Amino acid sequence: MSSRDVVLARVRRALADVPRAAGPEETAVPRDYLRSHGELPTDDIVQQLAENLADYRAIVHDIDAAGLPGLLAHLLGERGSRSVVAPAGLPPEWLADCDLEVVPDVPETTPGELDAVDSVVTGSAVAIAETGTIVLDGSPDQGRRRITLVPDHHICVVRVPEQVVASVPQALERLAPRRPLTWISGPSATSDIELDRVEGVHGPRTLEVVLVTSRAPL
Amino acid sequence: MSVTDLGMPAFPAAAARSTRDTRLRANLRYATHTIRDKRARAVGELSDWAQLRAAGRAIKDRTLRHLDHYLERLEEAVTAAGGQVHWAADAAEANRIVTRLVRATGEREVVKVKSMATQEIGLNEALAEAGISAYETDLAELIVQLGKDRPSHILVPAIHRNRSEIRDIFRTEMGSWGRPAPDGLSDRPTELAEAARLHLREKFLRAKVGISGANFMVAETGTLVVVESEGNGRMCLTLPETLISVVGIEKVVPTWQDLEVFLQLLPRSSTAERMNPYTSMWTGTTDGDGPRTFHLVLLDNGRTDTLADTVGRQALRCIRCSACLNVCPVYERAGGHAYGSAYPGPIGAILTPQLRGTASALDASLPYASSLCGACYEVCPVAIDIPEVLVHLRERVVEGGKVVRGGMRTVIQPAKGHAAERAAMRAAGFVFDRPGVLRAGQRLAARTRRLHPRRLPGPGHAWSDTRDLPPVPAESFRDWWQRTRGAERGDGREEGAK
Repeated sequence: MSSRDVVLARVRRALADVPRAAGPEETAVPRDYLRSHGELPTDDIVQQLAENLADYRAIVHDIDAAGLPGLLAHLLGERGSRSVVAPAGLPPEWLADCDLEVVPDVPETTPGELDAVDSVVTGSAVAIAETGTIVLDGSPDQGRRRITLVPDHHICVVRVPEQVVASVPQALERLAPRRPLTWISGPSATSDIELDRVEGVHGPRTLEVVLVTSRAPL
Repeated sequence: MSVTDLGMPAFPAAAARSTRDTRLRANLRYATHTIRDKRARAVGELSDWAQLRAAGRAIKDRTLRHLDHYLERLEEAVTAAGGQVHWAADAAEANRIVTRLVRATGEREVVKVKSMATQEIGLNEALAEAGISAYETDLAELIVQLGKDRPSHILVPAIHRNRSEIRDIFRTEMGSWGRPAPDGLSDRPTELAEAARLHLREKFLRAKVGISGANFMVAETGTLVVVESEGNGRMCLTLPETLISVVGIEKVVPTWQDLEVFLQLLPRSSTAERMNPYTSMWTGTTDGDGPRTFHLVLLDNGRTDTLADTVGRQALRCIRCSACLNVCPVYERAGGHAYGSAYPGPIGAILTPQLRGTASALDASLPYASSLCGACYEVCPVAIDIPEVLVHLRERVVEGGKVVRGGMRTVIQPAKGHAAERAAMRAAGFVFDRPGVLRAGQRLAARTRRLHPRRLPGPGHAWSDTRDLPPVPAESFRDWWQRTRGAERGDGREEGAK
């Protein structure tokens, strides 16, 4: 008897009291919790996202599409970055104004080589306003998971309002489970030493989120 | 943390020591109160917390009541996504499987994400015996590992250490594990975190094998979920070529949609955040991104025995948030080490004696490590009625009875130390069933009350060491009632008052 059979047989014996003929539906799951908390208009949801991102120490910028390349060049220059990883599907115009080495996201790159790169710029899959979370799903404009992990500075571009949802339930509806997903809420942090919060342990210590709108600013 | 802890003292002895450690108590008090206050605020932000809690409870109950079904779905989905599924009936088998898988890679070292399950089975020790070095990468786990210590809290395992102790551990120990601590390291948390970053980074960058647990496994899709804060989890889950995840069978949830409940309940209950900094979700393997080989080891190790207990099985709903630790007056004073297992606090007091049985003095004492105040039940995000299970387990320790151990039905004998309590309870039951006997006894006690000792003799001595015996009144309530009201209303029937 394999261990698989042993464990499954133990489970079945342990559940002798459960009426099993009806299947799992015999236990009802109440789903009367909210799909989102508050019915905010779209502009307010974007505002809530910005506030919650900032509350968890992400640096938030607003810009329109035309201004994006200039802003990215400014942010990378301000930090003194000499190199930036760019996923294969990043719109080329985003980094058009930058004067620095662009490192492609290819399988051959070793973690050690990535460690020598200063910054990374990606898009995102969805952003959650209530929790201040951005989610990456490995799409071409976001690249492999490691490129947003090893470099110390991550600039993540979120298209607003179309990529923003209010809540966790709404985000899961938009995401594909088969893709590798990374949910990011602020830069990495620890409270392991006397509960003193320290930002930046292993992931990027600086997270900048650029909320880019296709509309012209008012 | 070893698997068996045979040498561990019972909870009262261990707690008697730890409660005298004033610095430990100050650290614990500060930590538990800070987290519990923050948690209350984070939970208060969600107007539908009660509904989420009810849903979380029901999803876990549905899963547990049909666990075989969901485990088979999970296995299918993980396999279809390119993962390999292994089953381990107990700790020794899980350790053998992981050791074999690591050996097959030819590697002699692994990086680890904080995982309760691998601590429970003593994986690091088993790997060390096989000549494989396992590096803990969570900051607190690193502090614990370098200090040759044991974790004392589910969420913040090094909470019993203060900053200067941590600096000393880093200064003296980091060098023998890898990159030494920087010269002139101070005890500022930012500097200590930076030292850990530098020390661990070289390990992450060269690691070929990662070992993790998981917070959730989705049966429908085969997706595993790890929530964390520091990014060490992402490092271990993403950079190595081989990933081995050891996960308790109760961590499965039925559907992708179910995550919408737990990803709201867990961060707010645990770290008191709207969302933890990083959550990783992966389904099997992905071409060109992350590990090429993924092994999932499904761990029983007493979980099916726990499942067989219709009262106790609710402990398997636990999502390891640690909210119950932070509100527990016993944990706050005794600290995590006194519980003698990977699972401290109220949840440990009901989980450990079910996973391991109550044969050892330590495990038999754990259901008593509580004042039954109920605060743990109040905060539990999946509504585990911990006091109910504590009382149930106390009954089992005292009365013995039918249990399942290692998948086998067996009958355990009443614990020896509880003979006096059992005799006293039987006598009390006899007397309360017979009002005449009760009345005679009460009158005798009242008349002899000047002669009562302050402490009980014989086996009751230990009980009255720490408690004041209640004084016996001059007249029992029943006699007083009879004298003052019974006569007035002409209702002298004592039996009617019963």
